[in-house]
Amino acid sequence: MDKFLAYLIPGIFTGSAYAIAASGLVLTYTTTRVFNIAHGAFGMVMAFLFWDFSQRQGLPVWLSLALVLFVVAPLIGFLIQRFVARGLGDSPVSVSLVVTVGLFVGLIGAATAIWPPEPRFVPPLLSDETGNDKSFGIGETVVTAQQVITVLASIAVAVALYMLLTRTRIGTAMRASVDNPELLKLYGGKPDTVAALSWAIGISLAALAGILLVPVVGLGYFELTLLVINAYAAAMVGRLKSLPLTFAGAMGLGIVDSMALGYIPTESFLADIRPVVPPLFLFAALVLLPQAQLRIGQVKGIVSAPVPTVPRMAVTGVVFLIAMFVVVSPMPEARLLLVGTAATYAMVMLSLVLLTGYGGHVSLAQLTFAGVGALAYAKLDSPNLIGLLLSALIAVGVGALVALPVLRLTGLYLALSTLAFGVLMDKVVFQNERAFGFGGALEAKRMSFFGNTVETTQAYVMVMGVFFVLVAMGILILRRGVLGRLLVAMRDSPAACGTLGLDLRWARVALFGLSAGVAGLAGALFAGLRGTIGAADFQYFNSLPLLLLAVVFGITSVTGATLGGIGLMLLPVLSGSSPVAGGIVFLIIGFGAVFAGRDPNGLANLLFRLGRMLRAKVMARVDLNLPSLPPRRSSFGGATVAVSADEPVDGSAHEIDDTRGDGIPVAAGSKESR
Amino acid sequence: MSLLEVDDVVMQFGGVTAVNHASFEAEAGHVTGLIGPNGAGKTTCFNIISGLQRPTKGKVHFDGKNVTSVPVHRRSKRGMGRTFQRLEAFGSLSVRENVRVALDIHRGVKGMLKPARADIDHLLERVGIASYADDRADSIPTGTARLLELARCLAGDPQLLLLDEPSSGLDETETDAFGELLRDLAAEGRAILMVEHDMDLVMGVCDTIRVLDFGEVIAVGDPAAIRADKRVQQAYLGYADDGDDDQDDQDDQPVGSHAAGHDDQTLVIPAVSATEGVS
Repeated sequence: MDKFLAYLIPGIFTGSAYAIAASGLVLTYTTTRVFNIAHGAFGMVMAFLFWDFSQRQGLPVWLSLALVLFVVAPLIGFLIQRFVARGLGDSPVSVSLVVTVGLFVGLIGAATAIWPPEPRFVPPLLSDETGNDKSFGIGETVVTAQQVITVLASIAVAVALYMLLTRTRIGTAMRASVDNPELLKLYGGKPDTVAALSWAIGISLAALAGILLVPVVGLGYFELTLLVINAYAAAMVGRLKSLPLTFAGAMGLGIVDSMALGYIPTESFLADIRPVVPPLFLFAALVLLPQAQLRIGQVKGIVSAPVPTVPRMAVTGVVFLIAMFVVVSPMPEARLLLVGTAATYAMVMLSLVLLTGYGGHVSLAQLTFAGVGALAYAKLDSPNLIGLLLSALIAVGVGALVALPVLRLTGLYLALSTLAFGVLMDKVVFQNERAFGFGGALEAKRMSFFGNTVETTQAYVMVMGVFFVLVAMGILILRRGVLGRLLVAMRDSPAACGTLGLDLRWARVALFGLSAGVAGLAGALFAGLRGTIGAADFQYFNSLPLLLLAVVFGITSVTGATLGGIGLMLLPVLSGSSPVAGGIVFLIIGFGAVFAGRDPNGLANLLFRLGRMLRAKVMARVDLNLPSLPPRRSSFGGATVAVSADEPVDGSAHEIDDTRGDGIPVAAGSKESR
Repeated sequence: MSLLEVDDVVMQFGGVTAVNHASFEAEAGHVTGLIGPNGAGKTTCFNIISGLQRPTKGKVHFDGKNVTSVPVHRRSKRGMGRTFQRLEAFGSLSVRENVRVALDIHRGVKGMLKPARADIDHLLERVGIASYADDRADSIPTGTARLLELARCLAGDPQLLLLDEPSSGLDETETDAFGELLRDLAAEGRAILMVEHDMDLVMGVCDTIRVLDFGEVIAVGDPAAIRADKRVQQAYLGYADDGDDDQDDQDDQPVGSHAAGHDDQTLVIPAVSATEGVS
């Protein structure tokens, strides 16, 4: 009985903290339809701020607490709603989720820059003279004051939210806004004010949860930030709608988590699941969600990046490889490894081009699939093309397996289930000694082709480059063909595809599998490059910056993936000099993404536009200096027009035609002969 | 036996009953009109028939088989096709590609490699939008996009066509041509079930009309009978034509126009009615 109590009480304590965090998450989601992945990151930053006020600047604890909870946090919530969340709820999930991933990365960066790593101690809210938490006993179980405060705080939050939502005008408006913000507007309500208030309260609640949990989990950049995954799980029990169910879910999760710690023996085969109760809980809550209804009622086209013709692809690929060879040739070993890493990231981003850019689904576990490929490659121990393909196939299988149980889910829920999967894989499989071995350093051999091993790193990096080009071409060719059209159609209107006879669920499984396969191939090649690989190479939360950079540089194009891969590789290099510098880099990238993330074509699109503009300008000048030619149509007849029909959509052709300046109309197909 | 039989279907969203014990059918070779004020449950009926929503109670029979729990895509394979009240064109693709996707899905893996251009052009010409073939679907006018949805749907050669307000966005001439197309499609032996607010079109092309109000079928009959039905007038116009004095007024006013000045009607805002909100 004492043992039961000893685990029940901490369970109730953590459950209460999760409940506070989760209710903030639910509040912001319901009023703005923006799922704040960075909810925990806000809690983390606020906990740091609380430390800053109370410890560094020596303000009284109550004043620090009041300042953080009632001034700073609400203000930040208000600003986030005004400048980030507003209008984001109607965007596709690949945009809204990425923007909050940007906040996530940016906030971690900000915290690192403002408060560089050093040991910090946050005393409990009520401490005795020695700085220890005040405590008392129930039987043999010790209960701390912090635990009591947390439980009381969660009750207070529950009551306050209940009163706010049911007894006040603004609360009623909040509930109305959940149902239909447009209608609220018609009746004179202000959905924006409601949303701002929700965000203010939401961030305050994140802050409160963070501050209450700090004495237990410690003041670190990642611990508090990632603890929010537990809040996601609780929020999912309430289906991101019901606060009472969210509270119940949080409490249940806290208790189950604590009990698992107490009652699953360390030696049993179940021991592995002890640290992953929350993600399992999240996964279960997601799987039990009711069938997602196909949303109908929109014509949404995305202006996609241009898809080049096959010959142009081939030429670009060859030029790319030659340029890569020139760049790579004089490089020392360390640099070569960096180039190989960039190629790996770029290839994983290609898998996202397929899944997110073309398909519209978000995966928060793409690096995990790369890890699966790497692990398979090393374990298979047949470092040749067959081993490589088998590794990719295993990743295909795992990707399809992830999509299977959540067949019925779409959008946000699908994305969150991949996050849960990432955590599970990381903690249960990758960190297991049977996977990457003791200390996490599993040996992987360099590949060989038809008996010839690629010994030098230089040659190996070039092999990776070739694979990258091949995969990129494969994806582009796929995009041009039947499957590409289907993917875009599924993204634009799932409902129409369903009523036209397409089984969306299996199409999604296939897409996930294919995308995971590409990531797995990248992982396998990476394993060969590095020689030894470990769980640290594929940590689940690194999938977030990966997704982020993919979107910032352009998740709809191969160019975007290439640039994104280089960018992600450069991140640790740029931030290598000091944690502060690293923090600033992350800060810029994160908050940059908050604004750039709204255009899924990303920075690559700027490049395309610049290219078109330059071509138009330069070609116009060239044309001006040329003597006028007789009109093409008369000399070539219909042939030129027929050619033009196969050309990719390319604004430049038309721009140039208009800027000849000699007043002679030119057939649209005249571009070839220029 | 009719091709489509909707049998005592009930659809509830929380406390709202969007469809209330509705029963009706659509016969092959006939154009059946489904009319009713906004929020009457017409689109919900379509969602139930096409499989996007599962009814709380009741059954849907198609071609003699119970399809109530058959998923959307299989119903399509069995010969149902539908268009949407709120457009569902593939906005990033061209008009031609939109139809191509439908053909690809219909023909399956083996058929995907066959040349399709002639078939697509034929379909686009048939619905009268061939001149838009190369335009992106999110750049064409609403009426054209509705015709595109019809063309896309016809690519699957469906036996039953569910058309949700197909003529809104079309001008008078286009609507006339569209009416003729509907007659042609019915003459090919297809069953057409159409939700429509343009009463001239409904009265002109439908063989049978069913009137829904508050989720219930309140009247069934040919256009003439519907025009004379008191309950329909009550539901649609807010008053019943009960004397010769009003006769002239009523003739001036198309049955479908949402009677100005009548409270029940003016309060209904399409975007927020119970059925739309959840679809």
